[in-house]
Amino acid sequence: MAANIQQAHIEEITEPVKRFILDTFLPGEDPSALEYDTPLISGGIIDSISTLKLVTFLEEEFDIQVQANEMNSDNLDTLEEITSFVLSKK
Amino acid sequence: MQTHHDTLHGLLERSAARRPAHTAVEDPERNNAVSYGDFNANADRLSEMLRRIGVTSGDRVGIYVPKSIASITAVFGILKSGGAYVPVDPGAPPRRNAFIFQDCAVKGIVVANDLIEGLKAEFDDTYTLTVEPLSFLDGFALPVSLVRIVKAGEQPAQPSIANLSYILYTSGSTGKPKGVIHTHASALSFVRWTSDTVPFTEDDRFSSHAPFHFDLSILDIYVPMQHGATLILIGEDLGKTPARLGPMAAERKITVWYSTPSILRLLVEYGNLDQHDFSAMRVVFFAGEVFPIKHLKSLLEKWPHPVYYNLYGPTETNVCTYYKLPPTIPEDQVDPFPIGPVCENDRALVVDLDDKVVETGAEGELLITGGSVMQGYWNLPERSAEAYFIDAEGTRWYHTGDIVREAAGGVFIFVGRRDRMVKRNGYRVELGEIEAALYRHPAVTEAAVVAVPNAENGTVIKAFLSWSDGKPRGIIEMKKFCADNLPKYMIPDRFSSQPSLPKTSTDKINYQALKELD
Repeated sequence: MAANIQQAHIEEITEPVKRFILDTFLPGEDPSALEYDTPLISGGIIDSISTLKLVTFLEEEFDIQVQANEMNSDNLDTLEEITSFVLSKK
Repeated sequence: MQTHHDTLHGLLERSAARRPAHTAVEDPERNNAVSYGDFNANADRLSEMLRRIGVTSGDRVGIYVPKSIASITAVFGILKSGGAYVPVDPGAPPRRNAFIFQDCAVKGIVVANDLIEGLKAEFDDTYTLTVEPLSFLDGFALPVSLVRIVKAGEQPAQPSIANLSYILYTSGSTGKPKGVIHTHASALSFVRWTSDTVPFTEDDRFSSHAPFHFDLSILDIYVPMQHGATLILIGEDLGKTPARLGPMAAERKITVWYSTPSILRLLVEYGNLDQHDFSAMRVVFFAGEVFPIKHLKSLLEKWPHPVYYNLYGPTETNVCTYYKLPPTIPEDQVDPFPIGPVCENDRALVVDLDDKVVETGAEGELLITGGSVMQGYWNLPERSAEAYFIDAEGTRWYHTGDIVREAAGGVFIFVGRRDRMVKRNGYRVELGEIEAALYRHPAVTEAAVVAVPNAENGTVIKAFLSWSDGKPRGIIEMKKFCADNLPKYMIPDRFSSQPSLPKTSTDKINYQALKELD
């Protein structure tokens, strides 16, 4: 488990996002293969259309607003980064 | 007046006159063989019978016989009668084969006796079929008959092609097979080019792996006859059983091998090549599909001595480009070898979608004209017309449908099939390039990529993989791997692991079947 995410945030944010990514983009994948530091965008695991879907999910699920210029691999490349990004928006 | 120097059967006749006692053909599965003298005499006998049932210049005669001395005797007997042979896959459904025979209105068919009943059932009462056993071929352990075919009523007009030699039916995009027309001249152009390019001798022993309905067989059948060499027939079962095929090639001291890369790959994996002596093997040709470099490297480890040639050409052109491989493959090479320069008997152009010649080095479709090109498709005038681009001088250039680019020295690099180019998010994606990248994964043994239309995303790219250790890799691992080897827009959406990928009857990956898999 990544040291820079607190347990509460994992349960509240990281795990629901992970489940969404697995169910939506990676059906059939072994959940343990998707680690908190797996590079999603730079690793080619989710493409640009999938990134849009992910952002829509984040906005609805966590009631946040994401700007177009924030939708990139600096903010959203790993589950860790997504968790920090969502926290920064709350 | 045609002389025997202008015919395919003339190749056999000259060798039979020169060395009648030498073995022309061996059939390892049935453990028999035939000398040039007897082979030529048997073919003469069959041609007499064909003439008696009215076969004359330009008439079609079918061959519906598993590969054997009987089936290759049929090839030459039909040619000697003046007819053209139409070989079909004996393992294909009788309905498909009957369609082919009716499409080109054969006057007769040489049929294996155990296939006659199934074939008859596919002809309606407007046809009369008369069976005459070819008992003089009984010694070759595969009884065959000549089935004469007469159709009642008005006969639809058929094309008239001067010096027609054979029609090979290939699968058509409409679902009905289409017949590629070759003449004695177009086949001989290729056969003579082959002999001018590779030094063969009368002691060579050629493999005949490809079925006769597959265009690779043209080299197999005629080049040995030209040189008075020996042809080793590899039947349908043996050809697909590498554990027997490898040892057979060693025992029979085959010197010239020709097959698809798929078969060579199976030989490397399952042919126990280490346990046999292949020192006789001196030339290996491969054609029909891209040879993934990792499998080619493995083959060169097992068979380091032969000279290797990558031959390229659709059925419509015979072989039209060729590339002689260097003796060793650089360690860091990951891309397949080029298809090479155009054969000396043909000419090539690279054009854009409007048939305008592109700048040297730019990608475009390969067009071919020259001695080895077909005469068109049987009974399909519109398809035939579409197949060619006619330039200002009236020269007919065949559209290969293959995208290439020209590198230094007139060497063509194969980029992919025109119909395997898809657009995805505005980018042009060549599915073959994705396959080449997947083959770089150390555990991938087979990779095939298809594009399937999808309402949501436009196109979904699916990769089908089989694994050397049988262990499927996850989507994340494969997507990451692809991201290291391909632009993002080329990464497949889905990955599916299979024990092995489905193949067509000519041992190529069956993309149609893959599109139907999930």
